Amino acid sequence: MALLEVEELTVRLATARGPADAVRGVSFSLDRGQTLGLTGESGSGKSMTALAVIALLPEGARATGRVLLNGEDLLAASERRLCAVRGNRIGMIFQEPMTALDPLHSVVRQVAEPLRLHRGLSAGAARAEALRLLDRVRLADAHRSAAAYPHQLSGGQRQRVLIASALACGPDLLVADEPTTALDATTQSEILDLIAELVDEDGMALMLISHDLGVMAQNVTRTLVMYGGSIVESGPTEAVFSRLAHPYTRGLHAARPRLGVGRGKRLAAIPGTVPEIADLPPGCPFAGRCPLTIAACSAAIPPPLPVGPGHAARCIRLEAALTLPKAAD
Amino acid sequence: MFLATLIGASVVIFVVLEVLPGNAAQTMLGPDATPQTVAALAHKLGLDRPPVERYVSWIAGLAHGDFGLSYAYGTPIADLIENGLAVSLPLALLAMLLTTALALGLGILAAAHHRRLGDLGAMTLSQVGIAVPNFWLAILLILFFAVRLRWFAAGGFPGWDAGVGPALKALVLPAVALAAVQAAILTRVIRAAVLDVMREDFVRTARAKGLSRAAVLWRHVLRNALIPVVTIMGLQFANLVAGTVVVENVFYLPGLGRLVFQSIANRDGVVVRDAIMLLVVMVVAVNFLIDILYLVIDPRLRARR
Repeated sequence: MALLEVEELTVRLATARGPADAVRGVSFSLDRGQTLGLTGESGSGKSMTALAVIALLPEGARATGRVLLNGEDLLAASERRLCAVRGNRIGMIFQEPMTALDPLHSVVRQVAEPLRLHRGLSAGAARAEALRLLDRVRLADAHRSAAAYPHQLSGGQRQRVLIASALACGPDLLVADEPTTALDATTQSEILDLIAELVDEDGMALMLISHDLGVMAQNVTRTLVMYGGSIVESGPTEAVFSRLAHPYTRGLHAARPRLGVGRGKRLAAIPGTVPEIADLPPGCPFAGRCPLTIAACSAAIPPPLPVGPGHAARCIRLEAALTLPKAAD
Repeated sequence: MFLATLIGASVVIFVVLEVLPGNAAQTMLGPDATPQTVAALAHKLGLDRPPVERYVSWIAGLAHGDFGLSYAYGTPIADLIENGLAVSLPLALLAMLLTTALALGLGILAAAHHRRLGDLGAMTLSQVGIAVPNFWLAILLILFFAVRLRWFAAGGFPGWDAGVGPALKALVLPAVALAAVQAAILTRVIRAAVLDVMREDFVRTARAKGLSRAAVLWRHVLRNALIPVVTIMGLQFANLVAGTVVVENVFYLPGLGRLVFQSIANRDGVVVRDAIMLLVVMVVAVNFLIDILYLVIDPRLRARR
């Protein structure tokens, strides 16, 4: 039994234009010690998938399917049970370190909070443990900064504090939703290295969400590419990036900014925009923007077709797609 | 800063009383008095001195703690104010306490049940509370609780000598009448502030740590929501003090508000200006306390000092 098994997860949101599915039948599994990445444009459903895993979907959202953590279906669990799982078995880090900490509580208190809650530690013991954690995430001058308030720390330091609090209870799974998107490039790689190191040391599973293909390539062993709420391609990260089987993955890869390449040229862009979830076509969600679209694409959502070992893409024109020219590296 | 506010307020009070028609000497002697006797009394009271001189001697007196004598009663103003304060201060505190308790309860209930029945109920109640003027509510309270149910006296104040229980009991209905509007307003402020904070990222972080909705509300949301709420409470205290004038008259309470009202009728300007000056000092003091409270609540403000 895998640590996390997501089966046919669908998340329906109440939008201004009526109910619409932000996540459509997503399935994947993740085991201890494994790292998994979810990538795709904004609106692809990757963050909704992450929030469904920790059962913190926004008000008005309804999830169906199954999210099994150690065999227990979190979608069917009581709120009381979920509170015992969140922050304890699953830790989560969010995108905006600047606003993700309570401005009125000291740093050490915020790291100690899950320890008091889940482990029932006394104030003193939780504080001592929190200090140890802040040391471990290498918060600069940890013993002095511990008493500081969030506004006194930089973005990178705040993200370290958030990592410390997410890992406080030694979770089985760490969910990191765009953990470095709001940070500058140097800090970004420091934080990602720190996460990789801690995940490795504790033998946790990591679910990393990022729109940045470079972040995927360097940090996760398996990559899921999401578009329009479904997984359009999944496989070992190396295989996904070397074959770029789905036309969407290929487009995303061509559109990434690179240093020194094609100086003075415009970045390649995927024509069109991501459709709103209420406008998603009945068939392949990418049909409207894909150069290979044929009539059959719009008939039904394509099934995952095998590309290689553990590697699949939801594209009925897979053979044609694999011969499309790749962007020069 | 506070001194400037006080001096500004004293000038406004003095000028307004200056331009008020009628004078104490005329009112005291009645409409039949000859101009000579009125002028003689006015001279005796010092009313014929130039305004600037009277202003300066008023402020100099206040600075020495000397409030002077009432024109109308000839008694020390300090005693009149002290007696009024013994009623008005407990009344204002009781009303503020009621306001806070009611508004916190209803506001948090409404926010926690956002767009559900509890929210609708609290908001309806608040709408009614805002719409009802306090003097009318005061009369309704008297009719129902004093005349019909006979739980409370219809008005008057037994004095603190009669014991704390009876004295407080006489203040309950007036405090309710004063608090209703303020609580209705504050309920909306608290609801909006709590809802605002609940949308913040750190609330989601706290939930991701495993805190229940209720725990997040108590430990993180409320304290953050307190900042705008405390600001409004400071402003409300001023409204409450002003409201005592009306409510004390409806309930025949010998408070500061009633003293001001009667002194205006008597053209007893020296009492009016001292009493109002005292109200100004109270409002300024409360707002000073609130500024200190900000520092206690928010570490970001402490750093800026």
